[in-house]
Amino acid sequence: MTDTAAATSRKDWVSDQEVRWCPGCGDYSILAAMQLLLPELGAKRENTVFVSGIGCAARFPYYMNTYGMHSIHGRAPAIATGLALARPDLDVWVISGDGDALSIGGNHLIHALRRNVNFTILMFNNEIYGLTKGQFSPTSEVGKVTKSSPFGSLDTPFNPLSVALGAEASFVARTHDLDRKHIMEVFRRAYEHEGSAFVEIYQNCNVFNDGAFEKVSGKDVRAEMLIPLEHGRPIRFGSEGEHGIALRSDGTLEIVEVAAVGEDALLVHDETRENPGLAFQLSRIARGPYEPTPIGVFRDVSRPHYGALLEAQTAGISSKKGTGDLAALLRSGTTWTVS
Amino acid sequence: MSESVGHANGHKVQTLESVVIRFAGDSGDGMQVTGDRFTAESAVFGNDLATLPNFPAEIRAPAGTLPGVSAFQVQIAAYDILTPGDEPNVLVAMNPAALRTNVGDLAKGGTLIVNSDAFDDRSLEKAGYDSNPLADGTLAGYRIYEIPMTSLTLKACEPTGAKPRDAERSKNFFALGILSWLYNRPTDTTLDWIGARYGAKPLVVEANTLAFRAGYNFGETAELFDSSYKVPASELGPGEYTNITGNTALAWGLVAAAQLAGLTLFLGAYPITPASDLLHELAKQRHFGIVTFQAEDEIAGAGAALGASFGGALGVTTTSGPGIDLMSETIGLAVSLELPLVVVDVQRGGPSTGLPTKPEQSDLLLAMFGRHGEAPVPVVAPRTPGDCFAAAIEAARIALKYRTPVFLLSDGYLANGSEPWQVPDVASLPAIAVEFATSPNHADPDGTASFWPYVRDPATLARPWAVPGTPGLEHRVGGIEKADGSGNVSYDPDNHEKMTHLRAEKVAGIAADIPVVEVDDPDGAELLVLGWGSTYGAATAAVKRIRAREMSVAQAHLRHLNPMPPNLGELLGRYRRVLIPENNLGQLATLIRARYLVDAVTLSGLRGRPFRIGEIERAIADLLTVAAPEETGR
Repeated sequence: MTDTAAATSRKDWVSDQEVRWCPGCGDYSILAAMQLLLPELGAKRENTVFVSGIGCAARFPYYMNTYGMHSIHGRAPAIATGLALARPDLDVWVISGDGDALSIGGNHLIHALRRNVNFTILMFNNEIYGLTKGQFSPTSEVGKVTKSSPFGSLDTPFNPLSVALGAEASFVARTHDLDRKHIMEVFRRAYEHEGSAFVEIYQNCNVFNDGAFEKVSGKDVRAEMLIPLEHGRPIRFGSEGEHGIALRSDGTLEIVEVAAVGEDALLVHDETRENPGLAFQLSRIARGPYEPTPIGVFRDVSRPHYGALLEAQTAGISSKKGTGDLAALLRSGTTWTVS
Repeated sequence: MSESVGHANGHKVQTLESVVIRFAGDSGDGMQVTGDRFTAESAVFGNDLATLPNFPAEIRAPAGTLPGVSAFQVQIAAYDILTPGDEPNVLVAMNPAALRTNVGDLAKGGTLIVNSDAFDDRSLEKAGYDSNPLADGTLAGYRIYEIPMTSLTLKACEPTGAKPRDAERSKNFFALGILSWLYNRPTDTTLDWIGARYGAKPLVVEANTLAFRAGYNFGETAELFDSSYKVPASELGPGEYTNITGNTALAWGLVAAAQLAGLTLFLGAYPITPASDLLHELAKQRHFGIVTFQAEDEIAGAGAALGASFGGALGVTTTSGPGIDLMSETIGLAVSLELPLVVVDVQRGGPSTGLPTKPEQSDLLLAMFGRHGEAPVPVVAPRTPGDCFAAAIEAARIALKYRTPVFLLSDGYLANGSEPWQVPDVASLPAIAVEFATSPNHADPDGTASFWPYVRDPATLARPWAVPGTPGLEHRVGGIEKADGSGNVSYDPDNHEKMTHLRAEKVAGIAADIPVVEVDDPDGAELLVLGWGSTYGAATAAVKRIRAREMSVAQAHLRHLNPMPPNLGELLGRYRRVLIPENNLGQLATLIRARYLVDAVTLSGLRGRPFRIGEIERAIADLLTVAAPEETGR
């Protein structure tokens, strides 16, 4: 992927296009984090491709001075799959939103994840349709009052991380738009993962769903409401680390007070557990962004990615059959000669 | 048909110029295999031939019922034939349902060979017969041969020790044996094939071999037939031949196109009848460096192919009508991105699920116009099974040269039908030149060299193809309207009008890069028969018959439906009347009328099968005997 690239700086990754998101949109901080991270990673601009669907987030590729495609609503994972398989040498990023990835594109998302295509899917979750001006999305809470649901929405929302884990994702993480350092760290981990990496980013839409994540990511509540996941360490949070997560005897997770149960009773986070059960439980410990919510890397397991399997299989076939010979192929049925 | 009579081994042998044979039985009776093997024997013998498989959409409809009947028709001939024949001269019916659904097509005085074991009360009832047609005289007028094929097969297979239930399954090879004797076919190919196909199951090899030999010997010794027949080898031009179906030829054409262009072939596809065999065939050829990706749906199949094209591969997707419906948005994106994409539509009867296993030509206007916005796409159509090879190369050539999606419109008849095909010399296939952009093509106001993705080649109007991995050419493309040249997002009204015209002109300009349409008009006819796609065989044969009746008719056939050949307007203007036979309600006629203001007459065929020669012949004759409309100075 990356070798000895000439050093780049943020400005090398900024395209000449004027950014047209609403002032105050959470997308700005995600874009900035990406433009800061890629030079740090030593990535090459010419080998980097951003593929997006439709929605506010999907404008992202226009603002990156790399190769990019702003494609069709929901279809970016499918299009990026073809690109990643045809060109395993590229760093491919899929940029998506909650409507794009989980509504119209839900099918492509789950199939890309189960195949473990070698790319990173960033899902900007603002729990609302922004570009169409404010309808409820597949991650909006039940009862959401919007233009298309004046009496409250009836739909049970998706939990994006539960969906990804259920779809056999090998890397699943969450971050939020108010912590650039955390975004960069999660993106770095996603970039380094071989196979499909799925990242949910809590992203504030200050026009149509302002403050959707304020109860968990607001500066003054963050310590109490965000649960940082760190591999190999007991899961604990709170300004003094006074809360933690423990495994009940029935196998479910609960939030506990460390003082009451002792540190040894806390669940030690293991991203690499083959069984996604605990990661799935962690993804559902908060019923929504108003209860203590884990962030960080939920799962990072190693499993051969689709492109690598394809390459190995092709090499095997070719070593058995030899490189394809067109003239022989055209004569592979019964032939006869008329003189 | 009957020409001469001779004698061999004490048997009378009659020589025929051609014969049409239809094998019909239950879906589980193996009629496709039987027909396919008879075809292979005839191909190796050197006959010209054309086949028409006809099978139900259900994998196994209830045994013995009318919807469960599967049939395979083949015409073999000593001369150049163009169709699988209008009506069978010989019908092999393995059960009452097969007889009932097919006997109406049998030529007057034709030969009927039935498996008399299958005509029990229960089977007759399942087929809706009140009385046994073999006994009640309703089949008078046909030459009927009642042969107890099931019991003779069981007897032949006794030495294998196979259970009767299993041994009975070899009865199609018994039938094939009879027909192989009756038409003096070489048997080695079939025996070899049985060995290769069922090699892993020695019992099956033995049973099928015994049944096949028993059928052959039955023909020779039973003295049921007063004669056997010979159809001499056809005088095909010198060269090497293979018998090929349209789907195989099309898949091989795609393999060839990728090689000629020096690109990776990337197929994104979702299984659908009758296009799945394209995916199957290409999946076997991975050692050509082909990537075959079975996607989650047709949207993803087309999307992945387009993504691969963005990366510098030859992106291809293969499907049938319902898949095209799903791909419309992706094809529109490919129009906007101006990237190569070959979209193969193996047409079948519609609308909706329609007739999944039957051919139709009803997606022409879908290919032309089935996208929102002004989204012109070139359209190419093969005319015979073997022609699918060249048509696939042509579709890829246009896609790559003009950076555009291209429709390749095959259909279920071409896909599954077969004919002898002269194997081309690979070295003689013209290379497809593809050049990726490697350097900047624009100077910014401050003098910096930069890359503009929508600067066009003045001759082709194609934009540069700059693939990721090329330093300095980083750029973004998308479905939003782009500024001419820079490719940046633009909502400027003048720019949109200009870009819309440019995209249209690019596709229209391909007319200068395709052959003119040739007309076959030996004696200055007033009526032109114009066709496209798989109607070629029947139309050409009909034209021959009309001329044999000493009437004049001209014929032209279109490979390029969009753009149409540059001389077509002038050509149409030479004729007082134009007849267009199509397996739809008149879609090409609609285009011809709109483009050229020609009052074309449609002959419509929507019966889930190709036209019969006689149908087109009648339509031509009717038009020739009805006075043409008064010249109105059109």
